[in-house]
Amino acid sequence: MYEIVEKNKLAPEIFHFEVKAPEIAAKAQAGHFLILRAVEKAERIPLTIADYDREQGTIDIVVQEVGYSSQQICDFEEGEAFLDVVAPLGNPIETEDYDRVICVAGGLGAAPLYPKVKSLVDHGAEVTTILGAQRAEKLIWEDRFADLSEDLYIATDDGSRGTEGFVTNVLEELLSEDNDYDAVIAIGPMIMMQAVSDLTAEYDLKTIVSLNTLMVDGTGMCGGCRVTVGEETKFACVDGPAFDGHEVDFEEQRRRKKFYEEHEEEIEEHHVGGEGCRVQAK
Amino acid sequence: MLEVKAVVSKQSRTEMEELDPRVRVNNFAEVAQGYTPEQAVKEAKRCLQCADPKCMEGCPVQIDIPDFIELIAEEKFDAAAEKIKEKNNLPAICGRVCPQEDQCELKCVLESTGEPIAIGRLERFAANYGEDEVTKPVQDKGKVAVVGAGPAGLTAAADLAKMGYKVTVFESFHEAGGVLKYGIPEFRLPKEVVQEEIDQIKKLGVEIQLNKVVGKIKSVDELMEQEGYQAVFVGTGAGLPKFLGLEGENLNGVYSANEFLTRVNLMKAYKFPEYKTPVYVGNKVAVIGGGNVAMDAARTALRLGAEESMIVYRRSREQMPAREEEIEHAEEEGIQFQLLRNPTKILGNEDGFVTGLECIKMELGEPDDSGRRRPIAIEGSEFEMDADMVIMAIGQNPNPILLDDSPEIETTDWGTIKTDEVGQTTKEGVFAGGDIVTGAATVIEAMGAGKDAAEAIDEYIQSKDDN
Ligand SMILES: Cc1cc2nc3c(=O)[nH]c(=O)nc-3n(C[C@H](O)[C@H](O)[C@H](O)COP(=O)(O)OP(=O)(O)OC[C@H]3O[C@@H](n4cnc5c(N)ncnc54)[C@H](O)[C@@H]3O)c2cc1C
Ligand SMILES: Cc1cc2nc3c(=O)[nH]c(=O)nc-3n(C[C@H](O)[C@H](O)[C@H](O)COP(=O)(O)OP(=O)(O)OC[C@H]3O[C@@H](n4cnc5c(N)ncnc54)[C@H](O)[C@@H]3O)c2cc1C
Ligand code: SF4
Ligand code: SF4
Ligand code: FES
Repeated sequence: MYEIVEKNKLAPEIFHFEVKAPEIAAKAQAGHFLILRAVEKAERIPLTIADYDREQGTIDIVVQEVGYSSQQICDFEEGEAFLDVVAPLGNPIETEDYDRVICVAGGLGAAPLYPKVKSLVDHGAEVTTILGAQRAEKLIWEDRFADLSEDLYIATDDGSRGTEGFVTNVLEELLSEDNDYDAVIAIGPMIMMQAVSDLTAEYDLKTIVSLNTLMVDGTGMCGGCRVTVGEETKFACVDGPAFDGHEVDFEEQRRRKKFYEEHEEEIEEHHVGGEGCRVQAK
Repeated sequence: MLEVKAVVSKQSRTEMEELDPRVRVNNFAEVAQGYTPEQAVKEAKRCLQCADPKCMEGCPVQIDIPDFIELIAEEKFDAAAEKIKEKNNLPAICGRVCPQEDQCELKCVLESTGEPIAIGRLERFAANYGEDEVTKPVQDKGKVAVVGAGPAGLTAAADLAKMGYKVTVFESFHEAGGVLKYGIPEFRLPKEVVQEEIDQIKKLGVEIQLNKVVGKIKSVDELMEQEGYQAVFVGTGAGLPKFLGLEGENLNGVYSANEFLTRVNLMKAYKFPEYKTPVYVGNKVAVIGGGNVAMDAARTALRLGAEESMIVYRRSREQMPAREEEIEHAEEEGIQFQLLRNPTKILGNEDGFVTGLECIKMELGEPDDSGRRRPIAIEGSEFEMDADMVIMAIGQNPNPILLDDSPEIETTDWGTIKTDEVGQTTKEGVFAGGDIVTGAATVIEAMGAGKDAAEAIDEYIQSKDDN
């Protein structure tokens, strides 16, 4: 069992958990993810290791409620424990060979982006960060990024904070003035990573995206996380989850995400009626 | 005495009850019902008790077959179970899924009559008996790590524990069992049966650590150098799905058999939405392949409500690698067989879902390396067929995660681990067996390899201790 030592609400529907997992904390690196099964009947849910503390023996996850399973995780409280956590999975991200990088996050993407920024800065890179969200209250970890970044830009869809509009607007402005960067790292909704990749392609600027495909095992055994990268089929869990944004077939990924839409509705229906199912599931 | 037995043996093989195909396609209940005590005794009495029992040559774990059968004939069911467990730690599993017709039963002297003793069914019967009390052996001979809790790893672990080693098994999934849990469906091998046998192994003092991917959370070197394991057994299996590289293979509705079966068996998607893992099932399902995995996938799809479920196989029925019994069960349940057909393209709609399959007709040519006649495409014979779900069951590759992290363990061109005949790899103290060495094979061969390796590990550790 993996005990929750701390829980914070970061924004509406977004929660941060610090979980006791000394063996995982000892091995975690920026870019790794974990798979969590909250209770016996739950799905296996992939989540990025957003931070870790080797001395305390803890790892951090940030979870957004988007459907039943993520809500189920977010219903857990301090002192309770998740049933299964397997990690570290995926490949750590290379952060050593960069001098100047732009890091872009959309919404929840800020959480998985954070360990990458931290690692880049640890390795001496100068990082410019662009954080985007629908509205001000949905921004997460702004202070953490402010501490690490050379420059921090904020964009919200409704203009409630920072520039009004998408992160790509800010990125475009930055690049049109100065495109002497080594790379862009973008994490967020598929559509946002696609927009960033399309933009940076014009500047011939290396772009790394991190894909949140559907997954089951996370060790290369099912192929459910297939993604076409540069005409080749890759498995996001073992070949990624980070890939060259200019090579990823985003359209295919967007279609694949819709695979279980009907089932998602069915789960919601199954749990409407308040039979205390969710409590029971624990 | 002999005469009497010879007369008895002329009786034909005792049949086993099976669920009616029309009923069973609607549920996941076990198809083969097993012998009743009367049936088992009757079948056991047919055995000739050969002085030189050929049947044993066909059993990779060397079960004392005539002895346990005689005990059943004498109605000493507990003792029969004990006898089997001397050699086989997973009898209820082997009795169900061993390809007996190619193993022990093939070698039985009565095979030539077409009525070999039903050794597998008798083993399954006996496995239900026997005391649950397992005495934990004294474990003072040293520490061994086992990677992978499939049949190979579990067998090695149990044998080493019985020899007096402290054994820890590391398993990447949240449950032990390997293919027995995530691959072979409930209706052929109830998961409860698998778990009971695993629990027996735990009672021997074997510790199973779940959610531990060796090569990620720890390396083989760390296990040996930092955690003090004197030897490591690698039984990580052949779990990587193969795809054909066809156009349309990433459409929604195309699964690897591994994903489809893992969702249904390990994650229990057949009980969705009580269990939260979803599985997509089409109305018209095409399963590509002709092995046990393909049969399992096709029969599972039918049980999940597919209107039609078919096997698309590039050779003919005789060449199918699946067990005869599985093919028959599939036929009885109404699985359709599209033989001598090979897919060339998967067709889809603009939303990215599968709508059909383009196939080419095949004919059989000369035998290839495997001795089976090679399928050759008939030029220009492409045709389309409707399907809204496609399952790829064309084989699995070895699991590489552990190996990527341990370059000293050499592999073959196929990605399997190189070992000598007892399982020693190219890295000192590291042994391997099962599908990771042979490529996808059988439960009993994996167990046999685990058994051989356990002995080799004992010898290795003892010889080191002597120095
Ligand atoms: C490597 C990796 C790292 C991830 N890291 C995080 C993380 O740190 N924090 C976090 O909150 N989530 C993360 N995710 C996404 C997370 O796994 C999904 O949000 C979760 O599986 C959704 O499950 P659900 O049952 O709650 O939603 P569902 O009911 O399955 O889906 C609800 C809605 O979310 C969409 N959706 C489904 N799966 C995903 C997905 N994988 N990504 C995005 N949208 C999805 C669906 O299309 C649907 O519209 C990560 C995914 C991967 C593969
Ligand atoms: C659908 C299906 C049906 C089959 N039907 C039959 C049948 O009827 N009869 C028969 O005899 N055979 C059958 N087989 C084949 C048989 O199941 C296999 O040959 C056998 O399970 C191989 O055993 P194994 O122990 O080598 O590997 P597996 O059973 O594959 O077990 C390997 C285990 O190692 C774990 N693992 C992998 N990598 C790591 C790592 N790095 N760290 C920790 N753990 C790891 C895996 O999660 C898994 O649990 C079938 C196979 C399938 C897929
Ligand atoms: S384990 Fe398999 S091969 Fe050995 S006796 Fe039993 S059924 Fe036959
Ligand atoms: S070969 Fe057949 S008849 Fe002879 S002992 Fe074995 S099972 Fe019995
Ligand atoms: S999640 Fe199963 S192969 Fe990647």
